[in-house]
Order: sequence, then C-alpha cells, then structure tokens
Amino acid sequence: MATITLNDLRKSYGTTEVLHGVQAEIADGEFVVIVGPSGCGKSTLLRMIAGLEKVSEGEIRIGDRIVNKLEPAQRDIAMVFQNYALYPHMSVRRNMAYGLKIRGLPKAEINRRVEEAADILEIGDYLDRKPRQLSGGQRQRVAMGRAIVRDPQVFLFDEPLSNLDAKLRVQMRLEIRKLQKRLGVTSIYVTHDQVEAMTLGDRLMVLNGGYAEQFGTPIELYERPQTVFVAGFIGSPAMNFLPATMAAGTITLENGTRLPGAAGEGALTLGLRPEHLVNDADGPIRLRVALSEQLGANTLVHGTLEGTDSALVVSLDGVRAVTEGDVLSLSIPQDAMHQFDPATGRRLN
Amino acid sequence: MLKRVHFPASILPYLLVAPQVIITLVFFIWPASQALWQSMLVQDAFGLSTQFVWFENFQALLADPLYLASFKRTAFFSVAVALLSMSYALVLAGFADRVVRGAMTYRTLLIWPYAVAPVLAGALWVFMFNPTLGILSYGLELVGYDWNHKVNGGQAMALVIMAAAWKQVAYNFLFYLAAMQSIPRSVVEAAAIDGAGPMKRFWTIIFPLISPTTFFLLVINAVYAFFDTFGIIHAITQGGPSNATTILVYKVFNDGFVGLDLGSSAAQSVILMVLVIAMTVVQFKFIERKVEY
Ligand SMILES: Nc1ncnc2c1ncn2[C@@H]1O[C@H](COP(=O)(O)OP(=O)(O)O)[C@@H](O)[C@H]1O
Ligand SMILES: [Mg+2]
Repeated sequence: MATITLNDLRKSYGTTEVLHGVQAEIADGEFVVIVGPSGCGKSTLLRMIAGLEKVSEGEIRIGDRIVNKLEPAQRDIAMVFQNYALYPHMSVRRNMAYGLKIRGLPKAEINRRVEEAADILEIGDYLDRKPRQLSGGQRQRVAMGRAIVRDPQVFLFDEPLSNLDAKLRVQMRLEIRKLQKRLGVTSIYVTHDQVEAMTLGDRLMVLNGGYAEQFGTPIELYERPQTVFVAGFIGSPAMNFLPATMAAGTITLENGTRLPGAAGEGALTLGLRPEHLVNDADGPIRLRVALSEQLGANTLVHGTLEGTDSALVVSLDGVRAVTEGDVLSLSIPQDAMHQFDPATGRRLN
Repeated sequence: MLKRVHFPASILPYLLVAPQVIITLVFFIWPASQALWQSMLVQDAFGLSTQFVWFENFQALLADPLYLASFKRTAFFSVAVALLSMSYALVLAGFADRVVRGAMTYRTLLIWPYAVAPVLAGALWVFMFNPTLGILSYGLELVGYDWNHKVNGGQAMALVIMAAAWKQVAYNFLFYLAAMQSIPRSVVEAAAIDGAGPMKRFWTIIFPLISPTTFFLLVINAVYAFFDTFGIIHAITQGGPSNATTILVYKVFNDGFVGLDLGSSAAQSVILMVLVIAMTVVQFKFIERKVEY
C-alpha cells in the first residue's frame, strides 16, 4: 500500500515535449483515472510511473521512495496492458506464477496465491490452458490475475477494457471497481472513455495535449469544470458553448438574449449542459430545432440558437414531439451556467 | 449477360511455362539422372570401357572407412557451423533488438558478410590465419599458441568452421532479428515488471517465443553446411591436411575430378541428393506445422 506523488513530471522525445509538468498527490488506496483523448500522453505518463519510460524531468515517489532511477522490477507495481501482454507460450497458471517464481517464493505459497487469485477472478477452470485458447474477456481476467497475485503496492492499468465488446466492458468495469475496493491497492487507470472514467475513479485527472487540465472527483469535474476542455470532455451529451458578452451582471448572447450572470466584464464563453436546460414557455433561450433523437427516457433536440449559427443541444425528459423548424423556449438555473474566458479557456465564475 | 473471354486453344500457355520447365530439365533433372546413371557404372582406369554394376558403387562406399569418416566429419562440421553461427547471430540480434540509436547502421553492417562470395570469404580467413603472414596467427603466437592449419588437422577444421559460420551469421541474424521484433514489446515489458532482468527475460520469454525460427534456421544451416561450403573449403584447405576437412561435398569433387573415380563420385552425389531432399521434406513438414508453443 502506498501513496504516489508526481512532482512537475515532464517527458520529451528528442526536442518534442509531450508531457508538460504533471502534478499529483495520490492517496493510499485511492483509485485515480487518467482520462483524455488519444495521443494526449496518458500511456506515456503511466509508463513513466511503471519505469518503462525514462523521466525527462521531475520526480515520481511511490510511498516514501523516489523511484525515478529504479527498474520496473524494483518499484513493486503491477501493470495490466491494453493487449493483455500474456506470455503466449505459458499456461494461465505459469503466466500468473512467473513473477512469484522470479521472486523466489516457495512452491506451495505460489500455488496458494495463484489458486486464490483464480478463485477471485473465476478463472480456476482454465489454469492449464494457453492464452490463445481463451476468449478476450478471459485473457483480460488472466492479466488481472497476474497483477493481483504479486500483491504489489500499486496497480497500473492502460486501457485494459478497450479490446472488449460493449457489454463485457460494462461488466468488467464493475468488477475492477469491486476488486480494487476489496484489495485496497492504490491504482492508476488510463482510459479515453469518459464514462468509464466517471464510473471507476475516486478522482479523475483530465489530460489534454500533455497538460493536466484538472484533477478532482467526478462530480467536481462535472459541476465545476475548470477549463472549456474539461467542460466539453466530461458529460454526455457534451456541453453547449455559446459566445457571449458580459456587462454589469448581465450576459448577452449573440442574438441579443439577456441572462443574469455573475460578475465579470467583456467577452466570455457560456457553457450550458444539455440536461440542465428546461423547456419553459417564458424561457429566454430560444432554440430553432434541426432534428431530434428519441431515446425513450429522454429526447435529444439538436438545433441552433435562434438567429445565429451556434449549435445548441437540449436533453428533455421523456418522449417529446418536436419537428424541424419549431422554436423551443428554454431556461436554465443560474448556478448551472458555466462562464469561461474565451482567450484562455479558464473558468471565470 | 457477361461476355466470356475464350482463348482459342493455343500453344501460349505452354510457351509461358516452357522457361521454367526447360531450366528444371536442363539444370536439375538431366544432371540428376546423369548422376544416377553414372553412379551405377564402373570405368576402367583409362576410361576405355564402362560396365553397368547396379549398386556396387554404393556398397563399396558404405564399406569404405574413408567415406564413413567423411560422413562423421560432415555431421560434426555442420552441427558446429550451425551452432556457432546461430548462437553468434542470436547474441547480435539480441543486442540489435535493444539498440535504439544507429540501429540501421548496425543492421546494414551486420548483413554485409552475406553478400561476400564464399571463395572470397575463404580467402579472407586464409589471410588472417596464414601461419607465416596472418595477423591472427601472429597474435596467437604472441600469447604462446602455435597456429598452423596447414599441418594441424584440428586447427584446419576449426578454421573452416569459423569461416563457414561467419558467412552464415548475417542470414541467421536477419531471421532472428525479425523474429525478435515480431514479439509484442508489451510482453517483454510485462516480464520486466514481473521482475525478470534482461538475461532472464531473454531465456524465459524471448528465446522460447523465437523457437520456430530456431528450428527453421537449424535446417537451413545444416543444409548450408552440407552443400554450400565447397567454395570456402576449397579456398582455405582443399580438404587437407590429410583429409581433415574433406566433408562430403568436397569428397564428391575430389574423388570425381581429382581422383577421376566417376562412378564413386556420382554415387556420393546421389547420396547427398537424397540427404538434401530429406532435409527439405523435414523443413516443409515443419513449416506447415508451425511449431506450437
Ligand atoms: N517513442 C516515442 N517517440 C516519439 N513520440 C512518442 C513516442 N511515444 C509516444 N510519443 C508521442 O507522445 C504522445 C503521447 O503518446 P501516448 O502517451 O501514447 O498517448 P495516449 O496513450 O494518450 O494515446 C503522442 O503524441 C505520441 O505521438
Ligand atoms: Mg495509450
């Protein structure tokens, strides 16, 4: 069990810097998810923690040790790879026992641990099969098993579910969550899927282009995103962004619509979540409908802010009959309006 | 309606396959059948009369201690060449696989020996180990080792083994490197995280995973050592001293063109032909089956 501290962590390949100073304090037993679009540096960050990539600058601490210079083997971590990385020539049992054998554990102890992990993961029936004789979901479990038999201080996961079909993914997601809570091992989990991130993590780090945009609980990220990127990335359907100006406590949209706002002056980007907009005959925000998606439980209405080209999406409860060209009147509670600086993308209110 | 194209019955297809068929006939079937025919004949010492003797040449060979000795020598030679050149190639490939900077340069340089003609390769080693002028034999003399492969049969054997192995290293290296690079990097990384050091990773992960390549190369190298090393031996030792390096192919040449015992020489080449066919069958069987790990 251990805490993890990342201190101004940077990574460069040649002259290109791909991680620009990542900062994080991860508590003992915490489940942290690093989420961001493809190519933002998630794997690089995880691999640096694992010791598979050199640290260009900064410091990584696991527990009270600075591990920058340590080999992966000395860091007492286990990692689950996206392609599982099972040893193809070894049976499931030998795959799981490999790390224990190298550490020189007695045979009986190795067997006990392997059986125990196999029990937890329900893979006891295929201990003597080779990886190629297993389905994707089973391989995934074996990869997890190989990680947990080692009883490490830290689990690292690099998109472990992205090769599974949608249904299995949801199921495994829950299992990973349960397993992590049960074992209480500090874990870092990388994914590009914001739903996976929201459901798994105690805390989320949103990574964008090598910058950590925000680090907080899922609800913090949802309710008070600190940047336009986080606001747009977390939540589905994505937040609407409307250009606006602010003067004397009033926000004015492109088409002249006025809304009460928090203090501030000048140009701003107004962020409105589709699910926070409500249909209200007296509502100030007017949406010209382009098309609607009936999802049963709710209806997604796509269109534009009336009189402008700015896209606007609203999610209404239940089944609603709306037709193209209709105009909907909408309102939104003031505390659900997110104001951002259009120049820096940072939150203003 | 689709229009079908009908070619009139013509000689075109026969013309198209003719070059292949002719080449096979002229350069393989014809000489092979000649050898087979020749192997059942005995000529008198002056080449005046010829007699058909069925398998007497073969019987004589199998009873000839010189031939059997050459057989054993060839087995030793080819095992030694295969092991030496494969293990050296394996080490080189293991390092080249880890190199990041300048990888292309290393690889290109390591592949060059393959382009060297066998006779030139032989000449190169003769120069280096020439008992009076060679730089390496001089070096050996400095450390108190007397090198003269023109007299010492063991040393002659060692020299042709080294030269033949050196020539084949590039080929083995290429295959080993390709095999190593087809192992997913994450598998090796997983082993590193599991606590395996570089040597442990090599022997428990990489080496077993490239075993199909090892089996393939074993056959290729054995075939090479059996049949493709004539030039090297001819350039270095001419089979000597006192037959110490006369392997089977060299004996075919020696008995046929030097000793002018055409019948025996032909019988020897028929035996070699059967051997190469057998090895090829083993290799194909093996490639089809793919080796399970
Ligand atoms: N070995 C490498 N050499 C050069 N650039 C690399 C290397 N590995 C990754 N990168 C770059 O670093 C960035 C982050 O990559 P990665 O961490 O794999 O992204 P993610 O896992 O978030 O999709 C990408 O722009 C990628 O092109
Ligand atoms: Mg990645």
